[in-house]
Amino acid sequence: MAEKRIRIMVAKPGLDGHDRGARILARAFRDAGYEVIYTGCHQTPEQIASAAVQEDVDLVGLSCLSGAHGYLFPRVVELLKEKGADDITVIGGGIIPDQDFQKLYDAGIKEIFTPGATLDSILDWIKNNLKPRD
Amino acid sequence: MSNNTEDTEQIKKIKAGDVRTASRLIRNLEDELPEAKTTLKRIFLHTGKAHVVGITGSPGAGKSTLVDAMISAFRKKEKTVGVLAVDPTSPFTGGAILGDRIRMQRHAEDAGVFVRSLATRGALGGLSKAVGDAVHVLDVMGKDMILIETVGTGQQEVEIINHSHTVIVVLVPGMGDEIQAIKAGIMEIADIFVINKADRDGSNQLANELMSMLNMAPAFPGGWRPPVIKIGSCFEPQTFNQSVDELATAIADHYRCLEETGLLGDRMKRKAMVEIGEALRDAILTPVLREMTESGEMDAIAERILKRESDPYTIAEEVAGRYLK
Ligand code: B12
Ligand SMILES: Nc1nc2c(ncn2[C@@H]2O[C@H](COP(=O)(O)OP(=O)(O)OP(=O)(O)O)[C@@H](O)[C@H]2O)c(=O)[nH]1
Ligand SMILES: [Mg+2]
Repeated sequence: MAEKRIRIMVAKPGLDGHDRGARILARAFRDAGYEVIYTGCHQTPEQIASAAVQEDVDLVGLSCLSGAHGYLFPRVVELLKEKGADDITVIGGGIIPDQDFQKLYDAGIKEIFTPGATLDSILDWIKNNLKPRD
Repeated sequence: MSNNTEDTEQIKKIKAGDVRTASRLIRNLEDELPEAKTTLKRIFLHTGKAHVVGITGSPGAGKSTLVDAMISAFRKKEKTVGVLAVDPTSPFTGGAILGDRIRMQRHAEDAGVFVRSLATRGALGGLSKAVGDAVHVLDVMGKDMILIETVGTGQQEVEIINHSHTVIVVLVPGMGDEIQAIKAGIMEIADIFVINKADRDGSNQLANELMSMLNMAPAFPGGWRPPVIKIGSCFEPQTFNQSVDELATAIADHYRCLEETGLLGDRMKRKAMVEIGEALRDAILTPVLREMTESGEMDAIAERILKRESDPYTIAEEVAGRYLK
């Protein structure tokens, strides 16, 4: 039957090897009924944007615990725009200090989750903010 | 309005290799949106150029790792490559983790490579229902080689033969695979055998067993005797890449054999018949089931069967009699 399914990509940009959170999220998204593409660690923003377009995902979730989010997250948004894919929602999480939030929002990151964020709060955000494509 | 012979903007873009347009069409086909079917009808006549290679084998046999190396091997030969990687949908939640791509991410930025993950969405046989459609889209994009990685289920994944010109069966030593392969009828579907993870004990033995099994086979269609190719450990890049080059050559040889013996036509015809079968099922059965479900008839029938007032076979005949005039 025709039904617009939601696809999500979970990606880890940069040299950060903390993948526990990303894996837990990938599993939680699957269990919530989404199709999840996990890219693994050590991805360049270029690889992430390119994979997101090939996979035609609705949402890219970036996870970064190394402190390099300030460059990496906005770069992914920028590249998606260059590829004509700025309708893909980008959110992020990891070790991100409060004072960085506004800059990331301004760069087009739609929401940020930090340690302690419950899986339910993340899933709720997706349910409330992500609409199936036009 | 554009007529049937004139390409729409969308089709022009796909022919030009536009990734965004092609990937959106694949998704709309997966989601069975009616407008996607309309596009598929239009592009179908442009398909049939790519060499489609199926890769199957048990879970964790190293299929994705191999596909990643195959992409490099074909890129060296200046072929463009499309990959369809199928992973299972959870029957409980309908969700899926599509993990094959992890092994192929180094090609993400190569414009000559397009990798698309597909979830089975309940389809049996190790593939997704949309695989055939997606192959057509990659074909129209102009990909020279299309690689399909099946779900690793070990058995009953013979569906892949309906979509490929060349089927590669990946076996690993020490997993009892040779016995599984016979049971699952996988011996019959292989055009090329790969023995993967040659760093593992028993790979020579597995190769020998396979060879002797092949020696017992009465005859090979078109005279093609499936080669048994040992792939070196993926942790030793040099021997690994060398053996994958050898595999790429065998794949090309197989295609040439299909062409020369006329077997290619037979396979394409088999594929066409499967596609017609599937399309008919969609065109005839799906609307009937929908109508019966929506009208509540299905529910009533199930009740009757539950109470043993009738049986599924009689009811199927009744329904068929009503629709097939
Ligand atoms: C476990 C751990 C490790 C493990 C990692 C194992 C693994 N494979 O993941 C090991 C021991 C390997 C490790 C190594 C290192 N670590 Co460490 N590690 C941690 C620790 C203790 C917990 C991380 C974790 O797994 N949390 C559990 C998961 C579930 O939480 P999470 O990833 O944060 O995800 C949650 C949220 O952040 C959010 N989220 C995260 N990503 C995303 C993405 C999206 C899309 C969404 C929606 C939500 C979301 O949702 C999740 C659920 O709440 C943290 C400290 C901490 N309290 O965070 C340090 C920490 C991250 N590590 C740190 C450091 C410095 C290192 C090392 C450099 C240490 C060293 N000098 O060798 C190395 C580097 C490793 C590498 N290659 O990158 C620092 C980072 C400092 C910084 N950013 O400034 C931390 C913060 C410790 C500290 N206080 O100093 N580490
Ligand atoms: N020892 C050894 N391990 C290998 C080799 N090739 C792949 N592997 C490992 O086998 C595991 C599975 O590899 P994949 O390529 O994901 O296997 P797969 O068949 O695609 O797996 P599924 O898609 O889950 O069925 C990984 O941990 C690989 O690193 C090899 O040549 N030798
Ligand atoms: Mg795989």
